[in-house]
Amino acid sequence: MSKVAFSQESLSEFERIVAQYPERRAAMLPTLYLAEKEFGHISPEVEVYVGELLQVPAIKVREVLTFYTLFASKPRGKLHFQVCRGISCDLRGCTKIIEHLQEKLNLNSEETSADLAYTLSEVECLGACETAPMMQLNDDYHGDLTTETVDLILDEKK
Amino acid sequence: MAGKIISKFFDIDGGNTIDVYERHGGYQSIRRVLKKMAPGQVTDEVLKSNLRGLGGAGFPAGRKWSFIPKDSPKPKFLVVNADESEPGTFKDRYIMDRYTHGLFEGIMIASYAIGANKAFIYIRGEYVRQAENLVEQIKCAYDRGYLGKRIFGTNFNLDLVVHRGAGAYICGEETALLESLEGKKGWPRMKPPFPAIEGAFKCPTIVNNVETIAYVPTILQEGGEWFSELGSERNGGLKLYGVSGHVKKPGVYELPMGTSLREIIYEHAGGLQDGRKLKAVVPGGSSAPVLTADEIDVKMDYDSLAKIGSMLGSAGVIVMDDTTDIVRALYVVTRFYHHESCGQCTPCREGTGWAERILKRILDGNGRSVDIDNLLNIAGNIMGNTICPLGDAAALPLKSYLTKFRADFEAAVSDRNGVGKVADEPVSLLN
Ligand SMILES: Cc1cc2nc3c(=O)[nH]c(=O)nc-3n(C[C@H](O)[C@H](O)[C@H](O)COP(=O)(O)O)c2cc1C
Ligand code: FES
Repeated sequence: MSKVAFSQESLSEFERIVAQYPERRAAMLPTLYLAEKEFGHISPEVEVYVGELLQVPAIKVREVLTFYTLFASKPRGKLHFQVCRGISCDLRGCTKIIEHLQEKLNLNSEETSADLAYTLSEVECLGACETAPMMQLNDDYHGDLTTETVDLILDEKK
Repeated sequence: MAGKIISKFFDIDGGNTIDVYERHGGYQSIRRVLKKMAPGQVTDEVLKSNLRGLGGAGFPAGRKWSFIPKDSPKPKFLVVNADESEPGTFKDRYIMDRYTHGLFEGIMIASYAIGANKAFIYIRGEYVRQAENLVEQIKCAYDRGYLGKRIFGTNFNLDLVVHRGAGAYICGEETALLESLEGKKGWPRMKPPFPAIEGAFKCPTIVNNVETIAYVPTILQEGGEWFSELGSERNGGLKLYGVSGHVKKPGVYELPMGTSLREIIYEHAGGLQDGRKLKAVVPGGSSAPVLTADEIDVKMDYDSLAKIGSMLGSAGVIVMDDTTDIVRALYVVTRFYHHESCGQCTPCREGTGWAERILKRILDGNGRSVDIDNLLNIAGNIMGNTICPLGDAAALPLKSYLTKFRADFEAAVSDRNGVGKVADEPVSLLN
């Protein structure tokens, strides 16, 4: 038996999700999203639990978790800055934005601050190249970035 | 000149809502189809329209639908590819945000044509807000009885599910997408069997791009021939071109298939920034072979670009002006394919890494004159030797940038005497 469990609310959401697919295992990605929402990140215990829910060995969960970039297997900062380093953003100066954020947050790329306030990542094209340079901050896109607009966003979110 | 079809809705307030969509004639096409047409007639009309698959490969949509086995007792599925991860591509985001119900109506018609009662939209995980909008608007469609059981009082039933990806470019490739939909890591499958025979959950499945499906309601409303005539030969209709990079007005432009690249860059996207000159342009997402400034009088359709050795791909036009460091551009593009290689096939997994590291070394000023031919060699060994075309997608930019802009690379690896900055002693590719 796993050491963690969904709340009643997540459990009924899980049942709703599973019912959408002809096979139970197909609910893997949505269940991992649900688990991340409930537990903050996907620890090895959560992997085991998700495996039990989907009736697949935990290794199948691990295999998925490590293949995709969006799931957090370690705690992430409350504000997750994902700056696009794709070709269109590169042409329009994303390097400056990345360096500016590194300095402001006092982090290297792919690092999380010790107080779990910030995570800084460089990511591939986010599908908003018309607004390059751009970034995703948690769930929202911010485009046409300059060091000044980045500062404004930082002040607002702090 | 033709008007607009999809992008008409981009500037309408609330264009994503069911009420606004219906006020502009939405959901009339599906009503007519369900009342008056047999599924096969729908496919015929789409065949006539010369609608090409707009996700990258350009395969005729009607032809693909016709591959669904008619006598199979298995359920059929429609899977809409909203993974949109090819660098330089952002058109499907606009459709999902602002032509939401147009997409749904297209899904309904396509599902009816292929005999599916269940459709999935596979959307890239980063598009959180887009997925939220889809879920919300699907609910509205159910509330109105447009999805679910006995749609418009007919015997047609359809359920529509939004499935979020989780950050993997490879899951845009249709068989990797199906693996991912089934809850696995996104490793492409060998073809055949093609998805139309054995796709999701081992059942006949049609995978189509968002934009492909979004043109379907209009085709059935106005007729296949009408749509076909909007475009160029064998490339029907209008098309969303996304322009990014060094232009004055980056954005999405809906224009006839076959519009010239020059017109797209200079008329619609406003030309280059700061009076700069064009150096290079990638016509169809970062995997499309690069074009030089002399090659932009090409018609932007699948056949015309193939004829000059490039491709329309996702029609994401990436414009580079004369300040662009071509070596860096190729490095950034190659880094992407290395990062996104799924690791299944050795030539792609290893080759993209070698190429990225060599390019980085050149950028850092430690280039060797043998590097250029080594890179071409690597590209040649990836090309055609992998299960899915991600390998080709990495090799094509390598080949085209290195060939068409060889002088730039030579300058980057040479000192003034024309020999490598670093002596050409034997080097391991693995360093
Ligand atoms: C590496 C790779 C990535 C792809 N990414 C996408 C994508 O993000 N969206 C898409 O619609 N098609 C993508 N495709 C093409 C799909 O495999 C498939 O051809 C397409 O979804 C079929 O739809 P269509 O015929 O309507 O274009 C990709 C192909 C490859 C090889
Ligand atoms: S390159 Fe940055 S959003 Fe596409």
